[in-house]
Amino acid sequence: MVNGALLLAVLGSALGVVYVQHQSRRLFVESQELQREADRLGVEWNMLQLEQAAWASHGRIERLARERLDMRIPSRDDVVILRQ
Amino acid sequence: MLRDAQKDKPSILPLWRPAVLLLALGGLAAGLVVRAFDLQVLDKQFLLDQGQQRHLRVVEIPAHRGVISDRNGEPLAISSPVDSVWADPSRLVTALDRVPELAKLLELDARVLARRIQERSDKEFLYLKRHVTPELAARVMDLQLPGVSLQREYRRFYPAGEVAAHVVGFTNIDDHGQEGVELAYDDWLRGEPGAKRVIKDRLGRVIEDVESIRAPQPGRPLTLSIDRRLQYLAYRELKAAVQEQGARGGSLVLLDAATGEVLAMVNQPAYNPNNRTEINPQSLRNRAVTDVYEPGSTVKPFTVVAALESGRYRPDSMIDTGPGFMTVGRFTIKDTRPLGRIDLTTLLQKSSNVASARIGLDLPPEAVWGLLARVGFGQATGAGFPGEAVGALPPKPPRYESERAALSYGYGVSATPLQLAHAYTVLAADGVRRPISFLAVSEPPPGEQVLDPQIVRRVRAMMETVVSDGGTAPTARVHGYRVAGKTGTVRKAGRGGYVDSAYVSFFAGMAPASKPRLVMVVMIDEPHADSYYAGRVSAPVFARVMAGALRLLNVAPDDLPASGALVAANGGLR
Repeated sequence: MVNGALLLAVLGSALGVVYVQHQSRRLFVESQELQREADRLGVEWNMLQLEQAAWASHGRIERLARERLDMRIPSRDDVVILRQ
Repeated sequence: MLRDAQKDKPSILPLWRPAVLLLALGGLAAGLVVRAFDLQVLDKQFLLDQGQQRHLRVVEIPAHRGVISDRNGEPLAISSPVDSVWADPSRLVTALDRVPELAKLLELDARVLARRIQERSDKEFLYLKRHVTPELAARVMDLQLPGVSLQREYRRFYPAGEVAAHVVGFTNIDDHGQEGVELAYDDWLRGEPGAKRVIKDRLGRVIEDVESIRAPQPGRPLTLSIDRRLQYLAYRELKAAVQEQGARGGSLVLLDAATGEVLAMVNQPAYNPNNRTEINPQSLRNRAVTDVYEPGSTVKPFTVVAALESGRYRPDSMIDTGPGFMTVGRFTIKDTRPLGRIDLTTLLQKSSNVASARIGLDLPPEAVWGLLARVGFGQATGAGFPGEAVGALPPKPPRYESERAALSYGYGVSATPLQLAHAYTVLAADGVRRPISFLAVSEPPPGEQVLDPQIVRRVRAMMETVVSDGGTAPTARVHGYRVAGKTGTVRKAGRGGYVDSAYVSFFAGMAPASKPRLVMVVMIDEPHADSYYAGRVSAPVFARVMAGALRLLNVAPDDLPASGALVAANGGLR
């Protein structure tokens, strides 16, 4: 009787091990896929950051502001300072 | 009947034959069973290992390096994944006829590549090209060449390029810091690669991930004290000035007076860290921390502090500079023109060497020397920048009169521009000395009161006269703000003494003088010979950068005609 129960328990745990092993592999593969996706998005984000940095470089902004938008730094008489 | 007759006849086959057959077959079967048992049970591990060795591999998972950003979170260095193409030459050598295709994609010389593959055909690893874009890597893999694989690596990009090159530094192709902050904080920034087990096919391609052995630890991000806007402003103005003067180089250091943070640090010549193929090693140097100069007249405010500290001088004490020159031992100390009897304010305003020397000789030997030591000359600034020089202050108070006189107007001591800025920060912070930091700090680090705040405030007021019309640097004025500073035009020491035609032009100062927020040192190395005076060389750079920085940081002007709530003032850059 006891032996039978132990046999069943062993069989059950053996199947359990197989199942868990399978699950762990499946989940690991999935996590790797998500990792790759994260990587891909990371690459894109970095590229966008670099692109943004290039477009927003101070030299370029300044040039555009001066040349295309005809902006200039206000002269001393144009500045009004408010004091509380 | 025939059949019956045969049945009755005894069998002519001997009895032993079926027995032998049975035995032989049985023996074979038993042999198979034994061998199977041997392989499946006794030698199981060996075979399993052998099988796995043929397709299970441990591969590294690269970890990216931490992002370096400025104090406002703008990126200064970003790692982006790239692929490196490598080959197993022992396999690629079987497809030599297709190497030209590969070479063309990778922009390599086909014959050189083919030769390298043949030379290393007994090896198993050869980088074909490192750090290619993911798109190019995909096209290379589309060629389906035997033995060609990709390896994921990270490449560092520097969005600010030349502007922040000296501070940020750069990494080598293996992602290790080589210069600047990249080197100083390499351990912090560097990631720990992880490892995982994968199944690979016959061609070495990963077909399945099996398990994770070690998760990768990405590097940690680092926030510098640099402000990219101020950095750019400083870079632009210093570069323009160095070009206009035909100077050999220059440095500019901008510090936050309250916290000791480095807000901007630029040098000329600079380099582009994104394209390092044509870098002149000379331009790699972060002169502001690695090169030492004699600070010359810029130490005179400290001489005056020493004079007031001693109690032997008061701000209105008069010093006789005589005919404008004096001899100490073998040396003659000269002023640019005779100034007669002058007070301490005029000493600074006109930058009198003779008056400074008189103070130096009149005070005890350790007075000026001790003061310079207290404000950080000859000691590290605490910034921990790689290759930082500590300058030189004599280890003991100078004994000879000529040395004491020289020290009081800035010769016989040497410092980096950063150290000079550090010393001026003590003047700006009412006598409190704090360590310099390249990292953003949330609150001012604890400082040490090294000078009497009342004396410091008084000397700061005297230094404001330097930018007045009668001073040496009216060009350092910033409209709307009170500026305190000091010029320094220093002869360069060369082989065999001081060089006649080589000068270094300094301007060190702070603004707004009523409650200094920013401290700046501008150094121009060997400006064009006929306009080497600091008032014309480095002071205008100071004024332009300081004006822009005060405007960008929204510092309230402290020098406006008082006329109620609405006041007009210049916030201009130029």
